[in-house]
Amino acid sequence: MAIQQLTVFVQNKKGTVVSVTDMLAKNNVNIRALSIAETEDFGILRLIVNDEKAAEKVLTAQGYLIKTVDVVGVKIGDEPGKLTSALDVLDKADINVEYLYAFMARTERHAYVVLRVEENAAAEAALEAAGFHLITEADINKL
Amino acid sequence: MEQRYFQKEIETMPVEELQKLQSEKLVKQVRHVYENVPYYKALMDEKGITPDDVRGIADLHKLPFLTKADLRDAYPYGLLAKPLADCVRIQSTSGTTGRRVVAFYTQKDVDLWEDCCARAIVAAGGTKEDVCQVAYGYGLFTGGPGLNGGSHKVGCLTLPMSSGNTERQIQFMQDLKATILCCTPSYAAYIGETLKEQGCKPEDIPLKAGIFGAEPWTEEMRRGIEETLGIRAYDIYGLTETSGPGVAFECCEQTGMHINEDHFLAEIIDPETGEVLPEGEKGELVFTSLDKEAFPLLRYRTRDICVLSRKKCSCGRTLIKMAKPMGRTDDMLIIRGVNVFPSQIETVLLNEGYQPNYQIIVDRAKNTDTFDVNVEMSPEQFTDKVSDVLKMEKSLANAMKTMLGINPAVHLVAPKSIVRSEGKAVRVIDKRKLV
Repeated sequence: MAIQQLTVFVQNKKGTVVSVTDMLAKNNVNIRALSIAETEDFGILRLIVNDEKAAEKVLTAQGYLIKTVDVVGVKIGDEPGKLTSALDVLDKADINVEYLYAFMARTERHAYVVLRVEENAAAEAALEAAGFHLITEADINKL
Repeated sequence: MEQRYFQKEIETMPVEELQKLQSEKLVKQVRHVYENVPYYKALMDEKGITPDDVRGIADLHKLPFLTKADLRDAYPYGLLAKPLADCVRIQSTSGTTGRRVVAFYTQKDVDLWEDCCARAIVAAGGTKEDVCQVAYGYGLFTGGPGLNGGSHKVGCLTLPMSSGNTERQIQFMQDLKATILCCTPSYAAYIGETLKEQGCKPEDIPLKAGIFGAEPWTEEMRRGIEETLGIRAYDIYGLTETSGPGVAFECCEQTGMHINEDHFLAEIIDPETGEVLPEGEKGELVFTSLDKEAFPLLRYRTRDICVLSRKKCSCGRTLIKMAKPMGRTDDMLIIRGVNVFPSQIETVLLNEGYQPNYQIIVDRAKNTDTFDVNVEMSPEQFTDKVSDVLKMEKSLANAMKTMLGINPAVHLVAPKSIVRSEGKAVRVIDKRKLV
């Protein structure tokens, strides 16, 4: 059920992000969502792409430190309070969210939230029980 | 296990006999130097010593020391004891700690040096059936030429690779079935890492032994290299000033290096007072070349801190053993008033499950030393959570603080992002400008 997130370690230096995105563009990898966590020294790039196998291959070949992790993707309505209600579900189920980021759907009035939690299955079960629609790799590919 | 030696008679000679031989050689050598090296004669004259005062190794302590500063002052010909016409070779240091040292060799000097390296190769299990890959730098650096010569003397098929071009090293290693690898320990670790990345297991390569030296390394690093390459890793010691690698070498016991005492007379002194210390005490290693013709240094202070031991060795060699130097005074950094040896950082990294790929950067800001250590993270260690990476940095910094007594700023960096010079690793960048 979970979707795959590509995680890239980058030094916090000018030009490092653009070199990653450029490498992906040249290899026809389309970025669906992107978030960066940065510290003074380094950044961690989190990407949802259309073809994570290809992305992993080109970046690894270039010497980047890559890790693919399973994350939970959930579809929420594009209106105030919807994100809160999804997070409430997790809070009540005692599931801690490490980080999250969101992106808008292209056509429908929806947003997608990517959640990084410790226990994917528990988070997915809780969200589904509360009536949320989870997104899959297939959904990502259709975007 | 059957023991093999390159020059059994010398390597297993009873100690009294060996010392008698050393005494005879020393008397001759002191006269040779006194008569041919005005620079050293002046030092002896200053102390009121003549060659007649040295009748054996018991009189060694009477002679004046030579230091790196003397080598600088006497550069290039001041310590030469033979006409240039009799010299056939020079070798030189990298010059990273001041002016470079140029050492001269006669053909006999080259021969004896190569014998020393051959003893090291045989002690590591080398025979004429072996394929010896020499991946030390060739040229002015003594590593390549020394082991190359030793390998010839043993009769190994020698692969004169020099350092660098790791892909080609691995290709030759696999295609020509190298069984012995000679290079710096950091390069051996790098080759091991690269092989592992290529999915190559230790049993896929025929390598059985490695002879690694020319830079400080730790027991932990030895274990790491032995594991990744599936070999026994032997230490070798030497310095350009006395000849090159092969001044001392490890045997199957791997508990210190046998000094080739028939050529190099070793002493341990108190680095402060210059007083000779008894066997077993820690101090600065001093060498006297007993056979060198062209560049015979007497009582040369190596700046290496170590311990000597005459404890009986199971390999049958009677040659005295030196422990791995605890650090060269040149490598020692003084940061915020505390002595720091890069080897200590390396020990911490290996204990904490990191590869010894690091760089120490020292600078000064607002009259205080800054102390940064960049450490390469392995793919297995990387996580997608910033908090995990920061935790790893913090725990490494704490471990270093425990070892050193001062707190470094640890920065985890991407694999292979620290520049490797494929000869000696650049472990320390000291940017402090003290006027």
